[in-house]
Amino acid sequence: MREVDRHSKIDRRNFLKTAAAVPPAAAVAATTGLSIDGAWADNAQTLNPDTMRTLAKVARDIYPHDHLADRYYIAAVTPWDAKAASDPKVKSLIEEGIALLDQVAHANYKLPYAAVAWEEQRVALLREIEQTDFFGKLRGDLIVSLYNNPDVWPKFGY
Amino acid sequence: MARFDLNDDGLVVIIGSGAGGGTLGNELAQKGIKVVILEAGGRHEIQDFVNDEWNSFVQLAWKDMRTTSGSWRVAHDFPNLPAWIVKSVGGSTVHWAGASLRFDDHEFKIKTVYGDIAGANLLDWPITLAEMEPWYAKAEFKMGTTRTNGIPGLPGNNNFKVMEAGARKLGYKEVHTGRMSINSQPRDGRGACQQIGFCFQGCKSGAKWSTLYTEIPKGEATGNLEVRPNSMAVRIEHNAAGKIDGVVYVDGNGKMQKQKARIVAMAGNSLESPRLLLNSQSANFPDGLANSSGQVGRNYMRHMTGSVYAVFDKPVHMYRGTTMAGIIMDEARHDPKRGFSGGYEMETLSLGLPFMVAFLNPGAWGRGFTTAIDGYPNMAGMWLVGEDLPQETNRVTLDPVAKDTNGMPVASVHYDDHANDIAMRNHAYQQGAAVYDSVGASRTFPTPPYPSTHNLGTNRMSEKSRDGVVNKFGQTHDVKNLFVSDGSQFTTSAACNPTLTIVALAIRQADYIGGAMQRGEI
Repeated sequence: MREVDRHSKIDRRNFLKTAAAVPPAAAVAATTGLSIDGAWADNAQTLNPDTMRTLAKVARDIYPHDHLADRYYIAAVTPWDAKAASDPKVKSLIEEGIALLDQVAHANYKLPYAAVAWEEQRVALLREIEQTDFFGKLRGDLIVSLYNNPDVWPKFGY
Repeated sequence: MARFDLNDDGLVVIIGSGAGGGTLGNELAQKGIKVVILEAGGRHEIQDFVNDEWNSFVQLAWKDMRTTSGSWRVAHDFPNLPAWIVKSVGGSTVHWAGASLRFDDHEFKIKTVYGDIAGANLLDWPITLAEMEPWYAKAEFKMGTTRTNGIPGLPGNNNFKVMEAGARKLGYKEVHTGRMSINSQPRDGRGACQQIGFCFQGCKSGAKWSTLYTEIPKGEATGNLEVRPNSMAVRIEHNAAGKIDGVVYVDGNGKMQKQKARIVAMAGNSLESPRLLLNSQSANFPDGLANSSGQVGRNYMRHMTGSVYAVFDKPVHMYRGTTMAGIIMDEARHDPKRGFSGGYEMETLSLGLPFMVAFLNPGAWGRGFTTAIDGYPNMAGMWLVGEDLPQETNRVTLDPVAKDTNGMPVASVHYDDHANDIAMRNHAYQQGAAVYDSVGASRTFPTPPYPSTHNLGTNRMSEKSRDGVVNKFGQTHDVKNLFVSDGSQFTTSAACNPTLTIVALAIRQADYIGGAMQRGEI
């Protein structure tokens, strides 16, 4: 559980100030000490909270940076809820994609994806669904939603 | 500001406002010739530029639908983005890096020098380096190229220092901060480079030459040049005698207009220019306008490209300072002992974090990828750019299905590497990695070609009308009052960046057009 970003240059007193510059959902993610398995997902309007939590876990497994706090991955996947609200095809894509992933996890470990213990094991499960539209869209979106975040840039010296 | 009438048939109408179109427009205007430039994009000035990679891309880049095919990786990773070029007044001179190199002598005559290469459609230009030299000199003076005309070289940055140190270790001799059309000191009413580092997003200091704030305002000041932005050319039309009489375009309000013309020059870059000719087919020209040779759209070249990024043990911050901050020119020679014909340049390159994750290894994910990205602050990088061979099957055609918002078939780009391109790229990756390994790189990454920023050859120059589309002045073989003014004229791609040659050809073409108009020939 990574609530505190050890490399964070953001002064805690300024949390709220910096969060104000960021869109609302991500602001919530930034201000509270957040972990992927936390209560943030209960704010979801359309998608299931467990789906949101699994999405965040998948995001970190696709692009793992140990020095990046969970909140950046949460910020990256939170917009899927709004997209699912406005487009039923997106809702199906995400729900069916996560369902398939959990199914594959159950088949191998009798656990949902998010409970599979080792990253290597979860990555192997992701490889099984790597050719799906769901994985492709999620991964492609993360290139922008995770990394095109001005709060993330200083973490990489940019 | 000049405003010309749609029915004014005495005008030169130029399609595109970049290195070719913008320069031609100004040069003609200075001669008293009346010109309308139709620019598909909007007019974004210096104050509109955004120093943010994705937002700038959204503002400036061609994002119109295009399709792709062929074995090149771009077709797989970016199937609807074969090229990264600019749709805005100034064309790709808005986002270019500024590298301004002359062709070598042999690069104008590769059929003679390289001989016949199986699978390649080699041809000599109908011009020699000797003929081009005075025009290159004019272009360098116009653009303020460093290391010419007494203009000092730029200072370089950390990215260059790392490359230079490695280059010296390997014994490379031609290593310097480049011949760049970026002011190293104030010149031509523009300030000196401020090392802002967002060269690809439009130069906010104006130090980098771009037709947007040089040629175009100078042309407009004569009262002879009108630039119409948001004007997308859809067809070039001719009269019963086969003489071009105007350009049909869609204006900023979405309305179809026809601008009459005495002469039309196409400078829409190498995807749109052949597309326009193909979409202008008629009973007189069933295979497309000016396409009796069948070569319109063919011989598409995009340079052998690739990049090498390397991670070191200490920060480099390669993104600080000019993007193309220096060059190694030793490998640009023709030396078949290396296993390929033609040569390549090694030029520093940097991408910001947002673009790095998109382009370092498209599609890659997991720890192998993220540990590379973790090295970002300690990364140095270079772009390898070399001569790719013209192949008839590398071509721009009209997509059989996809249409644009005006109902016109879109451009489809097919590209396969030639064996020569592959051999050259492998050599270049090896040498690039060696440069960085020699000065302590812990990891090196051979990065695949990006969507093409250099697009050439699709309306090539030829001596004989059966071998190409235009003559030595960019005038189409088939139609006297139709010209090509962009990089699609190139018969060969050469190792070097194309912009200086495009500008030199445009100055020369203006001279020819002016004379031909005076003599009543066109």
